[in-house]
Amino acid sequence: MRFRLKRDELYAVLVILPSILLLAVFVYGFIAQTFRVSLTDWGQTAALSLQPEINYVGLSNYADLFGGFLNIRFRQDLTNMVMFTVLFVGLSLATGLVLASLVDNLIWGETVLRTVFLYPMSLSFVVTGTVWRWLLQPRGGINLLPTLVGLRAGQFLWLSSRDQQLTFDWALLPHYAVVALLALAAVMAGAAVLRRRRRQAAAWGAAAAMAAAVVATGLSRRWQLLPYSEAHGFSTALWGVVLAAVWQMSGYTMALYLAGLRTVPDELREAAYVDGASRLQIYRHVELPMLMPITVSAIVILGHIALKIFDLIFAMAGPDHAPTSVPAITMFLKTFRGNQLAVGAAIGTILLVIVSLLIVPYVVTQYRGDGGGRA
Amino acid sequence: MKRRPSLFSVAVQTLAVLLAVAYLIPVYMTLNTSLKSPAEINLPTAWQLPSELNWASYVTAWTRFAPYIKNSLILAVAATLISAGMGALNGYVLCKYPFPGSAVVLPLIVFGMFIPYQAILVPLFQFLQRTRLYGGLPGLILVHVVYGLPITTLLFRSFYAEIPDELLNAARIDGAGFAGVFRHIMLPLSGPPFLVVAIWQFTQIWNEFLFAVTLTRPDAQPITVALANLAGGQAVSWNLPMAGSVLAALPTVAIYVFLGRYFVRGLLAGSIKG
Repeated sequence: MRFRLKRDELYAVLVILPSILLLAVFVYGFIAQTFRVSLTDWGQTAALSLQPEINYVGLSNYADLFGGFLNIRFRQDLTNMVMFTVLFVGLSLATGLVLASLVDNLIWGETVLRTVFLYPMSLSFVVTGTVWRWLLQPRGGINLLPTLVGLRAGQFLWLSSRDQQLTFDWALLPHYAVVALLALAAVMAGAAVLRRRRRQAAAWGAAAAMAAAVVATGLSRRWQLLPYSEAHGFSTALWGVVLAAVWQMSGYTMALYLAGLRTVPDELREAAYVDGASRLQIYRHVELPMLMPITVSAIVILGHIALKIFDLIFAMAGPDHAPTSVPAITMFLKTFRGNQLAVGAAIGTILLVIVSLLIVPYVVTQYRGDGGGRA
Repeated sequence: MKRRPSLFSVAVQTLAVLLAVAYLIPVYMTLNTSLKSPAEINLPTAWQLPSELNWASYVTAWTRFAPYIKNSLILAVAATLISAGMGALNGYVLCKYPFPGSAVVLPLIVFGMFIPYQAILVPLFQFLQRTRLYGGLPGLILVHVVYGLPITTLLFRSFYAEIPDELLNAARIDGAGFAGVFRHIMLPLSGPPFLVVAIWQFTQIWNEFLFAVTLTRPDAQPITVALANLAGGQAVSWNLPMAGSVLAALPTVAIYVFLGRYFVRGLLAGSIKG
């Protein structure tokens, strides 16, 4: 029996080994290789020749992307990506929560309505993009909806608008970071004072004072990323992409929240009811707090989808449309249209680092030390 | 705690139905536009029903898209079966035969399903060219199998965790080894899990675009690429992209409608710890 188990364990390792090797090469090996390529100038000259001349150029591709004169589009890409992610995740969570709360309290038709809210999840982003591209034509589709009830047609240029809101100067990003730190430290210090935590208050207060000094002396304004000012901001053309993406994915958050609401034990609800809580109070104080862990999962899952978004924008606005472009799109253009493989590799690496900031803590806490349960 | 319909319940019901109508707007517009004749399609009358049904767009879309739908079908079925099969074995191992280091291996595997594929695309492209797999379906199947392994492994592992170890031990006492336990205990219980995993993988692979657009030559392109190419062209009348969208969406929507329960289970299992 014991001998048998030892032999079985050997078989087990042999069975899983091919998968582990494949993933070691295709995930980790290729990530390392991408990083290596990103440190070269591959693609600047004769990228497609059989023996391309490739030189090591250090981090200059990265420096160019963040501070080079020609890469203004990439910096707007990053801005778009952040804005899209915040809006998409926030609105998907809010919509999903509303839908789940409604569906959970229906008198009839729960199955049908749940199916309706969730069906967009089964579509590809390319189909969604194609259909919404038609719906968001400025002189038709959604903009005409108000006319059906006698109002004036909408005028918004959903995908083609060139407007930017919340503009900021890319050169001053370090300055903004210091100001943000100042605000955070001040708030934390205030909270610590209120809670009578002297040590914490002192630490945060010191941080706030330092940040304030850096701002007041004008030091932070001198750490400029660019030698000139360069305006970036929220590209309003993104609203169209956000709308389509929320339409597609809010059913997913609904399903998550609905599953969460169903795990709230009835005894808990009844106990609160007996204590005289109203339905809204039960919702607010019993059900909502139990949805917090689900919200964290949903933020991570939706967040990484948003940061990587590619197909939806490709299908809705095309890869060449700068107002809705994101790093994933520009990576595609640089690599496969421009043959600038090293620049594409650098963008891929930047994207990986950003996504990892979100994913690694999640994966580690969710799946660490959990190798299964054989007694 | 069901009581008679209150004002609150009626308001909830009404709001939910209105939202459902809003969620169905794209379906209405897609079907409506696809059934109009090209001459009848213009922006101001986009919402109006066609004066007469014109099915010709579907005929055109079908003749145009059939080869790409076939590509997608071959790709999705092959990659789904292979990755699900390997995922079942991996899940079995990770769940029932933990080995030294397996606790570290799992998060390392899972990480692979979250990475932006832009971060591996350049070496992948080089690799496929060197192995002469670039451009065709076999190469794309390989890619989808490999990058499908994390999710299939994870799903099967969490399903298999529900099979009690006593059952396995009983089989071992009867003389079953690693393969015997899998064959006689795990496999007979793998029906629903396999369905969940297969539905998930099929939907993902059918809908995938990035690998499809970067790693295939025109004759091996899946339907998503063909549709994006058609709709991306400026001169096209909208009836054809809409009919094409319906064709591209049909398989996964059909799966969702008829096997929705399993679809949702896969959806939730991927994000809530099972």
